[in-house]
Amino acid sequence: MLQLFDLSRLFGDKRAVDRVSLSIGDGEMIGIIGRSGAGKSTLLRLINRLIDPSEGKIVFDGTDVTALHGKELRAWRARTAMIFQQFNLVNRLDVLTNVMCGRLYEIPAPRVLLKWFTPTERALAIQALERLGMADVAMNRADALSGGQQQRVAIARALMQRPKILLADEPIASLDPLNAKLVMDALADINRRDGITVLTNLHTLDTARTYCRRIIGMSAGRVVFDGAPEGLTERVLCEIYGQSDQEALDERLTSTSLPAAALAALAG
Amino acid sequence: MTALDPTGDPAYRLFQQRFGALRRSRQTESALTVAAVILLFVVAAVWTDFSPEKMVNGIPRIGEYFGKLFSIEPKRGADPIAVLALPHLFGGVKEPQSIAYWFYRIGTYATLLWQTIEMAILATAIGFGAAFALSFPATRTFVGSRVIVFATRRLLEVMRTIPQVVLAFILVWPFGIGPLAGILAIAIHTTGALGKLFCELNENADLRPVDGIRSVGGSWLAQIRFAVVPQVLPGFLSYALLRFEINVRSSTIIGFVGAGGIGQELKRVIGFNIYEEVSAIVILILLIVAAIDLISEQIRHRFIGAAA
Repeated sequence: MLQLFDLSRLFGDKRAVDRVSLSIGDGEMIGIIGRSGAGKSTLLRLINRLIDPSEGKIVFDGTDVTALHGKELRAWRARTAMIFQQFNLVNRLDVLTNVMCGRLYEIPAPRVLLKWFTPTERALAIQALERLGMADVAMNRADALSGGQQQRVAIARALMQRPKILLADEPIASLDPLNAKLVMDALADINRRDGITVLTNLHTLDTARTYCRRIIGMSAGRVVFDGAPEGLTERVLCEIYGQSDQEALDERLTSTSLPAAALAALAG
Repeated sequence: MTALDPTGDPAYRLFQQRFGALRRSRQTESALTVAAVILLFVVAAVWTDFSPEKMVNGIPRIGEYFGKLFSIEPKRGADPIAVLALPHLFGGVKEPQSIAYWFYRIGTYATLLWQTIEMAILATAIGFGAAFALSFPATRTFVGSRVIVFATRRLLEVMRTIPQVVLAFILVWPFGIGPLAGILAIAIHTTGALGKLFCELNENADLRPVDGIRSVGGSWLAQIRFAVVPQVLPGFLSYALLRFEINVRSSTIIGFVGAGGIGQELKRVIGFNIYEEVSAIVILILLIVAAIDLISEQIRHRFIGAAA
């Protein structure tokens, strides 16, 4: 169980994340929605400890994550895998090496320097790639792949970490609808089959509704909604997206996903 | 109808009202800058004894020296003749005005030239290694501690500001006359020069992969090794080859202070006024440097091509 207690992060005077308290059970799949600048990315980066909180505490299964440093901090990052909007792969390395990077936290320094991986690590990486249908391109350079393929390689890298929690920061914002669906399906599959908690920032409401049983709405750094998608009434959405009453929020305008018929046509 | 004077346009008058003063102050500023540069030039010329008269008088004497470089005295006291002549061009070592006569010590020169190139190779390799290692702690974006960045940067600065000849002079004392002092002197300078360039490449590296490796729990070393090095290495190698070209030239000069190689021999023949040998050595150095420039340019293009 992951618990956040009054978690805040200040950039200068601005509170990017403002006293957020949440309790996240094991195996949940949660979508975080909100306007850009609402603090969604900062929240995920705080949980992974890529950035340090200004106030508050993160507790996982009774351990104070905010107090970790050095090797323990790196072990925590390894347990909370992260997926980025821009994939954040190493372009100049091949796909296989990128995936094997997922085990870097436990690889001793001499092997890091020599870029030397064991056959077991290679096999695990191929398994992870195979699961995402990417084993064929294992020897290609990462930047030779399309955005959707790169994101799936990034997911394979995350799997390689054998994480407890998967944090996805706008994983489909740079992808076309078909690839977006592939990536979201992969995340849902990982959540269901491996029981990994998935926390994902999403910029489209319908994706959140489709894939997540629990949705967290953020506005100006604060959590303004936390519940099932059914609870997202017009009034709640206005609070999250700051829309005035006159401009009714049209979900179709912000949607990047394909209607079912179109997807069926593409698949056939 | 006469064309309206555009300066009477209200938009222009408004512009003049608002920005006229700003424009005038900018013009004054540039005029002052030009005046200052001219003044500095004149002062520098006076202080350094740079006179046009001396320069014009000196120019013909350059030719005089070249005449000496490319002529020989076939017998002691005889009139000098050109170092080469077509009828004798391919004659033996004992036949004046032949290539073989001019370059009769080619064996010695070749050995010394090879020593010079080896000095450059070793110095570039050592300097590359040191600059590689020091460039990461000297890059602000990778290091949290300002003290480490500051200290490494100053160290690199010191290494590249001390002139190589001075360094060689200092190092000849502990390490004795010979190539070792020269190699170390060039290696130290190379470390400083490459370190700064490497730092700049590091600063321009894409930080997203670094974030990626950090997010999986990779150590600082892992972040550098996996996210930064693959990005910057082609640039590093390209700069190192460029530096190698420079170091071949440096290692000839550094021989002048007794640090081995062809430079030491060049200094000797200049000292003894053996003009035709001076010209022979200088021509060989020119050829070697040009050849290395050409080859390394090819290799560098391949690196840049691979980077694209």
